[in-house]
Amino acid sequence: MATIIIPTPLRKFTNNTARLNIQAGNVKGVVEELTLNFPDLKKHLLDDQGNIRSFVNVFVGDEDIRNLQQENTPIKEETVISIVPAIAGGLA
Amino acid sequence: MLNYKNRNMSYEDIHFSKEELSRYDRHIIIPDFGFEAQKKLKASKVLVIGSGGLGSPALLYLAAAGVGTIGIVDFDVVDDSNLQRQVLFGVDEIGKPKVEAAKKRLESLNPYIDIKIYNQQLTSQNALEIIREYDVVADGTDNFPTRYLVNDACVLLGKPNVYASIFQFEGQVSVFNYINREGELGPNYRDLYPTPPPPGLVPSCAEGGVLGVLPGIIGSLQALEVIKVITGVGETLSGRFFIFDALNFEPRTFKIKRNPANPVNGENPTIKQLIDYELFCGVKAVEKPIKEITAKELYDLQVRGEDIQVIDVREPHEYEIANIGGELIPLATVSANADKIDRSKKVIVHCKMGGRSAKAVRELEEKFGFTNLYNLKGGILGWIDEVQPELTKY
Repeated sequence: MATIIIPTPLRKFTNNTARLNIQAGNVKGVVEELTLNFPDLKKHLLDDQGNIRSFVNVFVGDEDIRNLQQENTPIKEETVISIVPAIAGGLA
Repeated sequence: MLNYKNRNMSYEDIHFSKEELSRYDRHIIIPDFGFEAQKKLKASKVLVIGSGGLGSPALLYLAAAGVGTIGIVDFDVVDDSNLQRQVLFGVDEIGKPKVEAAKKRLESLNPYIDIKIYNQQLTSQNALEIIREYDVVADGTDNFPTRYLVNDACVLLGKPNVYASIFQFEGQVSVFNYINREGELGPNYRDLYPTPPPPGLVPSCAEGGVLGVLPGIIGSLQALEVIKVITGVGETLSGRFFIFDALNFEPRTFKIKRNPANPVNGENPTIKQLIDYELFCGVKAVEKPIKEITAKELYDLQVRGEDIQVIDVREPHEYEIANIGGELIPLATVSANADKIDRSKKVIVHCKMGGRSAKAVRELEEKFGFTNLYNLKGGILGWIDEVQPELTKY
C-alpha cells in the first residue's frame, strides 16, 4: 500500500495521524479514499468541482504531480505521497 | 550567483580591516569559501522582510556572517508574546519598534556592517522602491498577501527571493527567482502555489501557534541559502522545495519547476505591475458587515445592568489563562451549540483578537438567522487594554 504523509495543519482532520497507508491505483484514488475516511479533509484538499486545490501541492516521491500526470499519476506499493499546503507563518 | 558587474562597486575592490579579518577568520579559512566569498558577503545588500520568528535568527546569522548592508522591514512593536521565539529581542525592548530593537542588537553584534531600517508595512506602493536597492530578499512574513507581494516584486525586479515559512511544527524553505550558473531562471512562489488559500481556511501562527525553536531552525536555513546565493558556494534550493516536520524529524526535498501559466513571468504574463494583494488573497472579500461593540461599550452595558449574554469562542486552555465570564463555546462547536445562544437579548461574542468571533457571528447569522449578535472589537485583548488590565494577556 502507498504511504501518504499528512502535513501538520491537516492532521487535526485525520485524528492526528501523520502517515496513512492507502490502497489505490492513482493519486485521484488516494484522495478519494482519504476524503472518504476523513470527510473533514475534503474542503481542504478539493475545490467545489472536486479538483485538488491550487494551494495544496501533492508530490509523488519528490515530483510535483503537476509535472507528472496530475491526478492520474499512477501509484505503486512503495510510493510515498506528500500533501504540502501553503503556509504563511514567519513573523507573528 | 549574483551579477556584480552592474554594481557600483565590484566585490574585488572590497577591503577588510585587521579587526574584520580576525572576526571572519573561521569563514576565510574554509577552503571552498575563503576570502572571495567573504568579500562577496561584505559587498552584498540583503533585505530581510519581517524581523519576527524567522527574521530573528536569519538577521543574527547574516549580520554575524558579515553581510555588508542589511535592510529590515517591519512595522510591528516587540510584544512579550514574541520572546518565546524572537531571539533578537529582550524584555527591555517590549513596546519598542522591532526594527529599532533589531538594529541596536545587530550593531552590537557586528559594528562593521550597515543596517537600514524601514519601520513600515511593505505595500504595493513602496515595495519596488525598497526592494530595488537590494541584491537578495529574505521573506519571513506571516501572511499570504505579503508573500505574493514580495514574490511579484522580486520577479518584476529580477531579485532572488529566499523564502521560508513556518506553521506549528512544520517549516518550508526554497530559493525563488534565482538565476543559476547556466543562466537559467528558477521557479518562484506562484509556480509552487498559484493561488492562496481562502481566508480562514489556513490559520496563522497567531491563531494556530508555532513551536518556538522551529523558526530558529528554519530561519537559520534561510540565512544559509542567502549566503549561498550571495557567494555562489554550493547548490542553492532553487528548483527545490524543502520541508521539515519537527515532530517526526522528517525532512523532505521536492523538485519544483516553472509553470508556463505563471501570471507574472510565464508564457503570457498578465501581471506587469504590483496589484492589490489583499484583494487577490480575498482578505478584502466583500463580506457582510457584522455588528460590533467596543470593550468600553460592553463595560457600560454591564455597569447599567443590561441583560446580555457573553459567548467566548476561544479554546478551553485560553479561557483558563484569562476570561471575562462568558460562556465557553469554541469556534468549531458554535453551530452544534446554536441552541444555547439567546435570541431575545444582546449577545456579545468574543475571542482573543476578534477574528474567530467575527467568523462565529457570520456562521450563526448565515446558518441560523441570528440578528442579535455583536462582535467584541479587539477581543479579550482589547477588553484587557480598556477595561480590566489586571487580567493576564497572552
